[in-house]
Amino acid sequence: MIFVTVGHELRFDRLIEGLDDWSLATGYQDIFAQVAELGDDGYRPKNFKWQSFLDPDSFKSNFDQADLIVAHAGMGTIITALTLKKPLLIMPRKGSLKETRNDHQIATAEQFSRRTGIYVAKDETELGATLDHLIANPPPKINEAASQFAEPQLIQAIRSFIYNGKPQELT
Amino acid sequence: MPKKPKILAISSAGGHWVQLQRLRVAWDDCDAVYVTTKEGYREDLIADAARRGQSEPRFYRVVDANRWQKFRLLRQLLGIVLILLRERPDVIISTGAAAGFFALKLGKMMGARTIWIDSIANAGTLSLSGQKAGGCADLWLTQWEHLAGGAGKRAPEFKGSVV
Repeated sequence: MIFVTVGHELRFDRLIEGLDDWSLATGYQDIFAQVAELGDDGYRPKNFKWQSFLDPDSFKSNFDQADLIVAHAGMGTIITALTLKKPLLIMPRKGSLKETRNDHQIATAEQFSRRTGIYVAKDETELGATLDHLIANPPPKINEAASQFAEPQLIQAIRSFIYNGKPQELT
Repeated sequence: MPKKPKILAISSAGGHWVQLQRLRVAWDDCDAVYVTTKEGYREDLIADAARRGQSEPRFYRVVDANRWQKFRLLRQLLGIVLILLRERPDVIISTGAAAGFFALKLGKMMGARTIWIDSIANAGTLSLSGQKAGGCADLWLTQWEHLAGGAGKRAPEFKGSVV
């Protein structure tokens, strides 16, 4: 099953329409999407089930059951995928299309594409081919879940600053 | 025994809050005060502290605002002033955005030590509030090594990331 999420703030028509086109073309319909508020003119998928918002429990259970997550390049989604060891395909929102306030998701996607289990489609034209590839070659199992806390050296630097007034230097 | 440091951890709701929560073990055993823009986080926060054997943190909500909502920003600022006057934290830490910048700026004026950790979502350039926070953060951090400063350049440091 593919679980799709665009976060809770803004809809993301380019991603949802791209997925709907891919679903129609390939006949792959085992998809469930959380699409945010669509208003009157948001794109409504025709080939798979969707909902605007999910409560936290059903969001988590969909995330858990999915073989692949497809999403915008939002940090909430990326952190959740890393902690739950789920392969993640991200497509960044663009500031120029008013899909978010600026182009920060493009840089985020580029940087996180280096992590194991994270795949990037730059835009809707790359989406279908990337999905075809991931379906034909299922991503390897991710062995190590990200910790529920930040990296130890960052925690230590902050703790040291709180207690000693300066971040601990490595010796 | 010396008094426990009082830390005020502040961010807007959503991704900034998720990142702030991933740092919370750094101030375990401190006297913790949280400020955010969403009331719904209170319950989980208090339950988590109890589960991990921490004293119960105090929790405040301030009004949400983005950089274009001038009146709401003013209300948010006033809310933060009142909380800071009441709590008088030793250390203030934020992951963003406007609310965190206000707290660092005001807290600095009141003698607190300040930490800014720019959101990991800013992989290309530092956030707007993160750039401004550089002027009032004693510890100014980015989560991306390539955005950290070289010698002689006014730029944040890199000490690791939240994930």
